[in-house]
Amino acid sequence: MPNKTFFWFFLPTGLAMILFIGLPIISTGIQSFYAQHDQVVKEVKKCDPFGCTVSIVVDQEKTSKIREEKPLGKFNGFGTYVDRNHLAIEEIGKFWNETNTFGEFVDQVTNLPFYKALIFTLTYCLFVTPNVLLLGFIIALSLNAVTRRIRGPLIFGTILPMIVTPLVGSLVLFWMIDAEGIIGANLQMLMDDPYLSLKSSKTLTWITIIIYGIWHHSPFAFVVFYAALQTVPQEPVEAAIIDGASRWQRVRHIVLPHIYPVVTFVALISLMDNFRVFEPIIGFSAEGSAQSLSWLIYDNLVNEEVILFGSAAATSMMTIVGIAILLAPVLIRTWKEFRTAR
Amino acid sequence: MEYGLDKRSNALKIFNTTFIIVWLLVACFPFIWTFWGSFKVRADFFSRADWWYAITAFNTLLETGGKFTTDAYSQAWTEGEFWKASRNTVIVTFFVVTISLFLGTLGAYALSRSTRNYAFWILIAALIFRAMPHITLVSGYLFPFFQLQIWGILPTTIVVLVAINQPFTLWLLYSFFKTVPKELDESALIDGCSYFQAFRHIIMPVMWPGVITAGLFSLMLAYNDFTVTALLLNQENHTMVPKIQSYLGTNQHEGNLMWAVSAVVSATAPLFMLVMFFQRQVISGLTAGAVKG
Repeated sequence: MPNKTFFWFFLPTGLAMILFIGLPIISTGIQSFYAQHDQVVKEVKKCDPFGCTVSIVVDQEKTSKIREEKPLGKFNGFGTYVDRNHLAIEEIGKFWNETNTFGEFVDQVTNLPFYKALIFTLTYCLFVTPNVLLLGFIIALSLNAVTRRIRGPLIFGTILPMIVTPLVGSLVLFWMIDAEGIIGANLQMLMDDPYLSLKSSKTLTWITIIIYGIWHHSPFAFVVFYAALQTVPQEPVEAAIIDGASRWQRVRHIVLPHIYPVVTFVALISLMDNFRVFEPIIGFSAEGSAQSLSWLIYDNLVNEEVILFGSAAATSMMTIVGIAILLAPVLIRTWKEFRTAR
Repeated sequence: MEYGLDKRSNALKIFNTTFIIVWLLVACFPFIWTFWGSFKVRADFFSRADWWYAITAFNTLLETGGKFTTDAYSQAWTEGEFWKASRNTVIVTFFVVTISLFLGTLGAYALSRSTRNYAFWILIAALIFRAMPHITLVSGYLFPFFQLQIWGILPTTIVVLVAINQPFTLWLLYSFFKTVPKELDESALIDGCSYFQAFRHIIMPVMWPGVITAGLFSLMLAYNDFTVTALLLNQENHTMVPKIQSYLGTNQHEGNLMWAVSAVVSATAPLFMLVMFFQRQVISGLTAGAVKG
């Protein structure tokens, strides 16, 4: 296809992506260097028969005027990145000097909002991704062994958790697991602890969200693995059966190597999706004990008094850096393949 | 594997069947339970006293006189203004799907017929864009949209959702266009068609399965979106998913939590029907990028 024709065909979609994906990233980058204005204060002298007092109040008029003049806020450089709510360089230095043991230091650092969210996000990715691969693969294997006639409805039932939006999926589970729901109430009875509830324990909340993640993402892994299983050639499998290979050996040495590229694909996609975990935290109302990077950004953007654009943007930029680190190995590999292919 | 060579032991068969039944229960029961519970009053579905009430409908019987009640639905749809939310969802979904498909088919066709290096790099860039968490993009939109005074209205959200959806649509349609033989449009070009005519009259007619799949995924993205719609629309224009969340926030009313339950069922039911109808396309779409590529 000539370049000119390509240009006109690609222009609409390219424009949409540049304007609404490319530019916003740049806009986020710019915003992250600005911080909202401080409130302008003034001294008010108030006199009554017993004497005069000086109090400091916010000058509403001047504050709103300065906000109107420079809506982006004041230039802050990398100030937002290193403040207490983000990388907290100063605080970490202080903790390092003040704490006696390393455990204590780690404890202090993981209480800072950014690191707390980072640790939750990474824990979520670390537990959900491998389990999704495993469960998806097992479901695919066992559904593949079922009579073809009843597979359709079974597949439909299997993919249900994936097609609902995460907020709805987590709500549906939350209503069952909550202390007043069917599972929660039965657990209380079983453990003989009337105060046992999701909200009371941080570990329990984390486990619930991770289980939700596995429940929600496994169907995707299943669908892809199931399709890949249909393409496994029959001859080597039959040869292996005649040679006396066990079922496990067949899976390990014939099926897995065949679908290996697909496994990397699913791992990559689910890693990307898990890194942006956010809606389940709202669905499970787990803000108290579990915060993710995306949730921090959301929280800044729905802030009641004044939207913290700078703070949200700084967290966004660091999230993008995290995504870049996750994607780097894949990109480097693709680039190498591309270069050798030429 | 049905050649009689591969004999499964009975133990394995039993294990397999049990596993599938357990998994299906885990996957489907929450939805069945919520559907069942949406016809009860709050005191039954969220019972402090005894969860068994949700089945015997003790309080529902007391409060409404019947074992099932549709109060939650009628209240949510009228008083809770869920009708408005669903109307907004229909508008947003319709426009996102049509615009996405229009832009996506043009772009993906060009990508699949180009032999240059830049086509490869565009696809890689699209993959990177696909990886961006939507909330980071939203944090980039908010400030400029406030300044341009286009925040809160449906058209802005539609355009944003179309753009966010493009990378995935491009990849999906690209892999579908690759399966259409090049000879088909080349012969049309020799006969004197322009590229656009070849695309319009020769390629599109054989591309319907791919277009339906891509359309379904655009529909699911627009229909299910929470991040963009919750932050870019004002109260008045909220679509279904942010509306459900707003029912959760205001717990003063006795009925509101049940509104959320009935709203969840109302929002999920059409989606399930659609997927039941188009199951084959959904699965082919999910695997197109993985297995063929």
